[in-house]
Amino acid sequence: MLRIENLHVSAGGREILKGLSLELEPGTLHAVMGPNGAGKSTLGHVLAGREGYEVTQGSVEFNGVDLLALEPEERAAAGVFLAFQYPVEIPGVNNTYFLRTALNAQRKARGEEELDAMQFLKLVRQKLQVLELKDELLHRAVNVGFSGGEKKRNEIFQMAVLEPKLAILDETDSGLDIDALKAVAAGVNAQRSDERAFLVITHYQRLLDYIVPDRVHVLSDGRIVESGGPELAKQLESHGYAWVKDRQTPEHV
Amino acid sequence: MSAVFESFQQRFAEIPEALRAAGGLAESRAEALAAAVADGLPAPRAERWRYTNLRAFGARSYRAAAGAAVDAALIADIPAPRLAFVNGWLDSALSDLSALPEGVSFRALGRVLPGAQARDVVHLGRRFKQADELFARLNAALAVEGALIIVEAGKTIDTPLHIVSIGAPESAEAAWHLRHLIDLGAHASLTVVEHLLSSDAHAHLENSLTQVHLKPGAVLRHARQQSAAPGAQLFQRIDASLAAGAQYRRVDLDLGAGLSRLEFNARLEGEGAQVISGGAQLADGRRALDTRLQMHHIAGNTSCDLRWRGLASGRGKLSFYGGIHIHAGADGTDASLQDRNLLLSDAAEINTQPVLVIDADEVKAAHGATVGELDAGALFYLRSRGLPEAQARALLTRAFLVEALDALDHSELAETLSRALIDRLEGAEL
Repeated sequence: MLRIENLHVSAGGREILKGLSLELEPGTLHAVMGPNGAGKSTLGHVLAGREGYEVTQGSVEFNGVDLLALEPEERAAAGVFLAFQYPVEIPGVNNTYFLRTALNAQRKARGEEELDAMQFLKLVRQKLQVLELKDELLHRAVNVGFSGGEKKRNEIFQMAVLEPKLAILDETDSGLDIDALKAVAAGVNAQRSDERAFLVITHYQRLLDYIVPDRVHVLSDGRIVESGGPELAKQLESHGYAWVKDRQTPEHV
Repeated sequence: MSAVFESFQQRFAEIPEALRAAGGLAESRAEALAAAVADGLPAPRAERWRYTNLRAFGARSYRAAAGAAVDAALIADIPAPRLAFVNGWLDSALSDLSALPEGVSFRALGRVLPGAQARDVVHLGRRFKQADELFARLNAALAVEGALIIVEAGKTIDTPLHIVSIGAPESAEAAWHLRHLIDLGAHASLTVVEHLLSSDAHAHLENSLTQVHLKPGAVLRHARQQSAAPGAQLFQRIDASLAAGAQYRRVDLDLGAGLSRLEFNARLEGEGAQVISGGAQLADGRRALDTRLQMHHIAGNTSCDLRWRGLASGRGKLSFYGGIHIHAGADGTDASLQDRNLLLSDAAEINTQPVLVIDADEVKAAHGATVGELDAGALFYLRSRGLPEAQARALLTRAFLVEALDALDHSELAETLSRALIDRLEGAEL
């Protein structure tokens, strides 16, 4: 589904990703862990199409399409979703209106019929039940006045409604207390399916106690330096990132 | 003498003698015209006219408006009671006073003026002493039409009154002068909506002067939606006086015209009087909007809350002056001015100038003016959810502007104005 090959990315004249390769199949959940400055958020941003990054080498293929050639909205319509580390507040735009506009824009781009207000409301009700999100958040402006936990839950709620093929979670656990973390994890787990792939970017192992990954990759200085099963996350937790910091994948030695 | 003054002198001479002298106003009208001619055009560097160039105006010659037939479909969405003026003349067919509630008088000046006693039209006798009050003086000399709204003390009028002014093409450029009065008795309340529309492209000049008098405890909600044709020249002035405890909520939605000059002056004369004013202004294409607010806090514990939003794109030009003067003795005043703007093209221009003058003690005064671009982070957030860039920009722009409509504290009316704003933004090149 997702095939990243030898990806080199620079921002502001500095190389951040230095030859990252990664493959993701439908139905799997991969975690990318790494210390601050390793390039974790850059990876999420580049996949979603944020401006300000220059891809100098390598490729990203998503279901046979060159993902990097698409505009952010085209990537969304193709099924890529990024849950932001810092969800943006948008005063004056109602949460429900925003989500319906987004969903219909995606459906329109895919040549599907748009949902009317009633159909959309039905869908929202359905998804809300799964997420235990407060109804009133829907009627407020997007993320305005939301607590940190509410913002992250709103991201997961958006994901539930937009039903992406690939969901990238960028440090969704940061700034959450344990209850909020469990709620977010439950929301993610409820959406795992055979058709959907997840790329969970995180600094801490803690989230992976609740969202159990199929594979764990360690990102250090712009490269994946170690890959393994869920147990790798536990090893990192006990040894710290210093343990992998100077390691390199065999092809770079 | 500039050509334009000759044309106004001719128009003055054409007003029937009986109408010119009605209400004992012959002398004050003649004086106002003489003063306007004597002082001429404000110098290009005159502080209050820095951003409105009157050179083209001075070279013009305006005919008297003949009036024109306008398709009623243009105002199909505007409910009664309403007074409709076409090129400055009352249009009885488009007006509808059938649903007028009790306790409010809503009349056309043109119907009242013939045979009026001085006390009926006191507001017309006002004199304008400043040399640069050119348009107010021309209005004082030449206005014979407008809306007269008087609400009895203690009456709460829930049904909004609508004043519609339509510009329609004629064989030559015309000018008209409308004089409106909104007078609320003690503890009366009213909602007024003004609509400035055009039936088709034109380059006429509308010069309106609105006097608002709020007696103690009166509450006025006043919305103005300006959607005139791109060639229209609008000079509009609102002078409000507020007695103790009176509240004036006002929203200006400026979406049209080639030139729209808006002056809103308020005197908060009674203890605890409040002005809450919001504006949303769209200067796209080659349009120029020049807005000047001047709040005078004269009594203690008065407050103003001015929340204006502007957007300039294309070769649009937006100028905003927010003046707050807290006079000696107006202790306990709470004044707040916020003017936020979006500059969306290199060729567009935005000038914003907040000016605070404080001569009292123990006051709270805050002001802020910003000019920026759409938030890149928000834009990416919306696009990452699937909104095409143009749609994302329109949504953010609308959200930015629509905040100003809250000043009305009238959700139904705010909703109507917000729809007008959305429709307008959809066709705009941002």
